[in-house]
Amino acid sequence: MQSIWQSGVLDPQGPIGAAERLILLNATAIMLAIIIPVIVLVLGFAWWFRAGNTRAQYLPTFQYSGPIELVVWSIPALVIMFLGGMAWISSHDLDPPKPIASKVAPIEIQVVALDWKWLFIYPNEGVASVNQLAVPVGTPLSFRITSATVMNSFFVPQLGSQIYAMAGMTNRLELMADKPGTYQGLSAQYSGAGFSDMRFEVKAMPAADFQAWVASTKAGGGTLDPVAYGRLARPSMAVKPQTFGNVTPRLFEAAIQQAVK
Amino acid sequence: MFGKLTWDAIPFNQPIPMAASLMVVVVILAILGYTFAKGWWPYLWREWITSVDHKRLGIMYAVLALVMLLRGFTDAIMMRSQQAVAAGGHQGYLPPEHYDQIFSAHGTIMIFFVAMPFVIGLMNFVLPLQLGVRDVAFPVLNSISFWLTCSGALLVNMSLMIGSFARTGWLVYPPLSELAFSPDVGVDYYLWSLQISGVGTLMTGINFVTTILKLRAPGMGYMRMPVFCWTALASNLLIVAAFPVLTATLAMLILDRYLGFHFFTNDGGGSAMMFINLIWIWGHPEVYILVLPAFGVYSEVIATFARKPLFGYRSMVAATLGICLLSFMVWLHHFFTMGAGADVNAFFGVMTMVIAVPTGVKVFNWLFTLYGGRVHFASPVLWSLGFICTFVIGGMTGVLLAIPPADFVLHNSLFLVAHFHNVIIGGVLFGAFAGYMYWFPKAFGFQLNEPLGKASFWCWLIGFYLAFFPLYALGLMGATRRMQHYDNVEWQPLMLVAMLGALVILTGILLIILQLFVSIRQRAKLADRTGDPWQGRTLEWSTASPPPAWNFALLPQVHGTDAYWTMKQAGRATSQPATPPAYEPLEVPRNTPVGVILAFFSVIAGFALIWHIWWLAIIGLIGLAVTALSHAWSVDREMMIPADEVAAFERARASGGGS
Repeated sequence: MQSIWQSGVLDPQGPIGAAERLILLNATAIMLAIIIPVIVLVLGFAWWFRAGNTRAQYLPTFQYSGPIELVVWSIPALVIMFLGGMAWISSHDLDPPKPIASKVAPIEIQVVALDWKWLFIYPNEGVASVNQLAVPVGTPLSFRITSATVMNSFFVPQLGSQIYAMAGMTNRLELMADKPGTYQGLSAQYSGAGFSDMRFEVKAMPAADFQAWVASTKAGGGTLDPVAYGRLARPSMAVKPQTFGNVTPRLFEAAIQQAVK
Repeated sequence: MFGKLTWDAIPFNQPIPMAASLMVVVVILAILGYTFAKGWWPYLWREWITSVDHKRLGIMYAVLALVMLLRGFTDAIMMRSQQAVAAGGHQGYLPPEHYDQIFSAHGTIMIFFVAMPFVIGLMNFVLPLQLGVRDVAFPVLNSISFWLTCSGALLVNMSLMIGSFARTGWLVYPPLSELAFSPDVGVDYYLWSLQISGVGTLMTGINFVTTILKLRAPGMGYMRMPVFCWTALASNLLIVAAFPVLTATLAMLILDRYLGFHFFTNDGGGSAMMFINLIWIWGHPEVYILVLPAFGVYSEVIATFARKPLFGYRSMVAATLGICLLSFMVWLHHFFTMGAGADVNAFFGVMTMVIAVPTGVKVFNWLFTLYGGRVHFASPVLWSLGFICTFVIGGMTGVLLAIPPADFVLHNSLFLVAHFHNVIIGGVLFGAFAGYMYWFPKAFGFQLNEPLGKASFWCWLIGFYLAFFPLYALGLMGATRRMQHYDNVEWQPLMLVAMLGALVILTGILLIILQLFVSIRQRAKLADRTGDPWQGRTLEWSTASPPPAWNFALLPQVHGTDAYWTMKQAGRATSQPATPPAYEPLEVPRNTPVGVILAFFSVIAGFALIWHIWWLAIIGLIGLAVTALSHAWSVDREMMIPADEVAAFERARASGGGS
């Protein structure tokens, strides 16, 4: 049974995902403590007070009780106050753009949703990749996300929070991978015919390996300039991962403005 | 001449839609031919199609809902079977072009043309009877509302044969639904069907709010209204407040698509986020428009079959109105992942959770209604108990999704799909079926076959759990919604279980149809001459089954909640008055074809606008205007039912002859 949950949100590989799983499990446990007794009581009352049960007391006018009313308003109110507090605090703690505290400097990654593939630009490294996201472990990942087309949602279930990619705008998202490994990434917002293949692999690797990946990507050549971007932006489905060793500066800013020329 | 319409619009080369649409056409022609050959057409026209009787309209709404359920469920079976096979490298049998239309049509049809007509149909049938009055406030408007809903449903289904439906999801999010990304007529079919049926729904809301506020039997103060009427009031207030938002939002998208506006486009300063906010400002109240009347049904059913008054009536009313207000303050929880910021997300998360308080109170009140009762396990009770146990789980997953950081990992996943089916099937649909089986004997004068009804319930309940609990798990595993295929073969076994669940639900649907046929055949045996087969508590059970056109010969006097129960306790309902009361002639509205004619022209106008056939659109619009205006100037719209006829009906009923 263990393996089936792997690669899902119950098997987080970073601090954001882990915190979100904890909230999920805590809230579920608190609510189960209410709803399981409720289900048992409903079925129990219905059965005990069945028409054929002569031992059950019939109270044909029992329709109001102040103390019971107080209890039935209080139980949900108290539970919701508690869960509401949890929601308020966790919304602030886990706000997607909130920087992750770390001694390691964050790495900046720009994400562009295209029809129907993901483009990742590493502005400081000067490289880019399509449908493949290499990241160093233990390093805060600072994503800036936009779309050159319709809406998509950038999501790596094992790392945590997703956020929309929207044309003309950027969203910020901070994630971190704790351990080396390969994690599935996807678009979680339906975006048209090629949506099902809008997937990518996140390859989390030690920092040294990441530097080696950047170096080999640079050496591997390929240029992402406005012309190449224009070709890439044309609709295509199930695109194989590829890399670019050289990226025109400020391409992402132009992509936000829908003004790559 | 014909705008964008050419022979290419008909999918000759695509076997699945072609076969499906041909089958639909054949079935429609067969039904029309059969009824024509039987000579039923004058009867149908006179007694049903032109009827303005709220009871007949309610029944026709339910028929529309059941027919469209078959269409929407066909889509569901196709989606489940596609996802059951399209794992690993397999693409399944539905290419994205079809699959994307199917899930869009499934959502649109199930919400707008199954859930809405079913709930509105129940309210139509029940409200005036429970309020102890002779009809709704505006009977002709009621007929127009129904026929406009039919126009919308017809247009959606025409897209199967002529052109295509939207491939955008059921809420046509821009920019995907803009001309730049969806240039064909699919989105236009969606827009015009919903605009037409939306007008009908808004008029229904106005009609029912007026009915409840202005027409009640003598003595029925607000705090004596049955809880179903309260939930219907809340639901219709929401319709009046929310449907104009839908109409305006869709109108803006229409302007974008037809006249080159830039409300929601990527260019020209448009903002898709505005559409998403607006559509959910309608969309979240819509959920409560559907579920509140269902809560009302459960309240009536549980009290009736526990042979007790509803526990905590005032709490129930307060909870209903609380939900009604709060439902307008939660829309943003549908897109926490848009990046609104922590304060905004947290506010809407907390507001969403607050709705769980009045909802929880309702559950506890049903629980204490059972306490001390004598519970008879008739089929409406099974639906109600199945609802409570299922709905609390859906409520729990709803509160989970309301915690923004939890939503960040569950948003748009199959967990979300499981959640809203949990509350819509377990809440709305179970309520609709409970109401259908509860009020059927009132509508037709004979009961439904109980064993088949119970069998159908068990199929729906078990099928629901089989179909949707795997989706909760899949969502946690990272499976998102609307996948035409997926790579992870480990998901496939659960997808197969979900498919099996859909087949069990299919059995439940077939059993409901079988129940109807069997019950009609056994109607003599199942006949109910008392008008009160369940020992009811509210006024609808005090009149004959089926009720006469005038509902009540004399308007009942109400002395408390559970008006009919009070009468029966006081012995007023059973003992015959010493002298027959003096019946007076009653005025009832005449039947009119104005509704169906308006619907005819709105289909013409809608179809023409979808295909850019401007001359035809003008004809349609002129037809609408002329019909509406000529009706507005018509006189002699009421007829009198002579006192003798009323008296004869009541005498026959009192002597046990029934109707």
